[in-house]
Amino acid sequence: MQPFRILVVDDETDFLETIVNRLNRRKLDARGAASGEAAIDILKQELYDVVLLDIKMPGGMDGIETLREIKRIQPRVEVILLTGHASVETSIEGMKQGAFDYLLKPMKFDELLTKMAQAFEKKTPTTKRSVTPRSRN
Amino acid sequence: MKEILYRNLRLKLIAITLAVSIGPLILLGMAIYYQFGNLYKDRIEDQIRTLARSQSNAVDVFLRERTTILAMIVETQPFETLSKQDNLARLFTQINQRADDLGLVDIGVIDKHGYQLAYSGPYNLKGLNYYQQPWFDEVLRRGKFISNVFMGFRQVPHVIIAVKGITGNDPWILRATIDSEVFNRMVRNAQVGTTGDAFIVNREGVFQTTPRFDGVILGNSGIQTQRFGEDSTVIAKRDETGDTRYIGGVWLKNREWMLVISQIAGQEHGWMSNARNTEIMIIAIGCLVIVIAIVMISNTLVRHLEQTDREINELNSQLMQQDKLAALGKMAAGIAHEINNPLAVIGEKAGWMEDLLDEEEFQNSENYKEFFSSITKIQEHVDRARKITHNMLGFARRMEPHLDDVDVNRVLDQTIDILSNHARINDIEILKHFTDHLPVIANDQSQLQQIFMNLINNAIDAIGNNGTIDISTQLEKDHITVSVHDNGPGIPEAIQKKIFDPFFTTKMNGKGTGLGLSISYTIIEKLGGHITLESHEGEGTTFVVHLPLVLPEKK
Repeated sequence: MQPFRILVVDDETDFLETIVNRLNRRKLDARGAASGEAAIDILKQELYDVVLLDIKMPGGMDGIETLREIKRIQPRVEVILLTGHASVETSIEGMKQGAFDYLLKPMKFDELLTKMAQAFEKKTPTTKRSVTPRSRN
Repeated sequence: MKEILYRNLRLKLIAITLAVSIGPLILLGMAIYYQFGNLYKDRIEDQIRTLARSQSNAVDVFLRERTTILAMIVETQPFETLSKQDNLARLFTQINQRADDLGLVDIGVIDKHGYQLAYSGPYNLKGLNYYQQPWFDEVLRRGKFISNVFMGFRQVPHVIIAVKGITGNDPWILRATIDSEVFNRMVRNAQVGTTGDAFIVNREGVFQTTPRFDGVILGNSGIQTQRFGEDSTVIAKRDETGDTRYIGGVWLKNREWMLVISQIAGQEHGWMSNARNTEIMIIAIGCLVIVIAIVMISNTLVRHLEQTDREINELNSQLMQQDKLAALGKMAAGIAHEINNPLAVIGEKAGWMEDLLDEEEFQNSENYKEFFSSITKIQEHVDRARKITHNMLGFARRMEPHLDDVDVNRVLDQTIDILSNHARINDIEILKHFTDHLPVIANDQSQLQQIFMNLINNAIDAIGNNGTIDISTQLEKDHITVSVHDNGPGIPEAIQKKIFDPFFTTKMNGKGTGLGLSISYTIIEKLGGHITLESHEGEGTTFVVHLPLVLPEKK
């Protein structure tokens, strides 16, 4: 698999660390952020290909808000939403806000990898043309 | 419990309406009958009074005429002439010849000592002495006299008319007798109808004529004449058969005689009772009609009420079912969420361990296989738990249905395709009996597919091995029905009611969540249709999905 940069955003640190470890082990460049604010800070510094975003986080920015902010900072980044919750409406809302797809927790790891690869593939052809936004950041 | 309530209501309805409709009817009938009876009584009394008056007048006139004739004879013929037997006989013959129906039987002349000096008539009464007779004094005292009916020397009922004449200083008497048959004939005219009677009694109530019923001349009539007033009086008397006898009396002959007319105005017989029977019959028929109408109306009303009640109850139970599902859905969603997060951590940790097992140092560990299989098991069970929680979330899903143009037959075809492998493995044949050219309806295709999938899956699970599933579609008036019939063991009646409850399952532990049918139920209700179930133990089960026939909007 072509290595790409992934930012995982989840307030459940056990989950966050494990996912990051597993992705790194598969030679993917993954990094974790424990809150929406932290994710925004990181995205302001570095470029990422895919963001894995937990949609329901207590306190601070909620998922949709974070998503909107991410899309504002890096419009080209593909966001996969994660949810452990029934609110499919929120997921749909997320899709409307430009998310690539959503997954229900707990998901199968293979499924996650496939989704991320698809997201990256979707992004790649445009990456070359999207020099301008990159340089803008 | 309910039945008693309805029965009481019906009885109450019938009782009240009967009371307010039949009560007045009967009261009215009674009032009319009473008024009518009074009128009738007045009429009868009037009739009797008129009759009595005219008849008594006739008798009075008759007597007065005879008296006047005798008085005329006394005034115009000298005593010496009349007291000669021949002269008297000639005179009597002449009078009888001149006037028809005079009614005089005989005539006699009596001197002041009571001896009958001359006599003309059928009896041999000449020379008899009347000095001792009570009427003799009376005539001398009052100048004229009319007797009651009596038998006298001749032993035939008769009446005496006697007039006093005076020659010089000596009084004498001209006496004639009238056969009482004359009076019988006169009163007979007033014996009206089949029950009417007319007769004459004297002051003491002794018959002066022969009555039509019950009594003989000179017998006692039992009538107390002092009960009658000055003029004509009518009294009513109830007899033992229940009839009312009206008795009218009019005095005549200077209040010595009374003409009595009696007539029955029957309660039991006669015209009045006919009127009453007719009225009772009319009222009875009216009552019968009212009773039938009221019973029918009450029955219809109560039946209607019962049906409405039943419908309301059904609606209530449906609403309750929906409420129950909604509440359970919320709870299920909450639980699923709380479990999903730790489940995700467990899954990822296990995955991480699996990743690490790839490293060489672990590969050589003597417990490598144990580790590996344990991790695999953990992942398997996380997966199992995941399916359950995801199902629960699916159940709780509260999305607005998304309306597509749905060809029900095609959706079924697709669903059957997906499941055909699964069915074939279990030796289950899926038969299709579709109605061709079903109209395309506006419905939620993916949710319908989910429902059909649930139902067919359930059917496969119910059969287990070797059987048939018959899937048919039908176009009804305002809906499309989809029937899924399996020839499995059927669902016991006891649990048919619970079949749509969330978390109710008959499948083996871990095989079903008990959510499939309740999700289907909720979705179908939301799509405007409903699911019904028919099942008999040993004969299989049929689930019928009714989809509203809503045509897609023209685009």
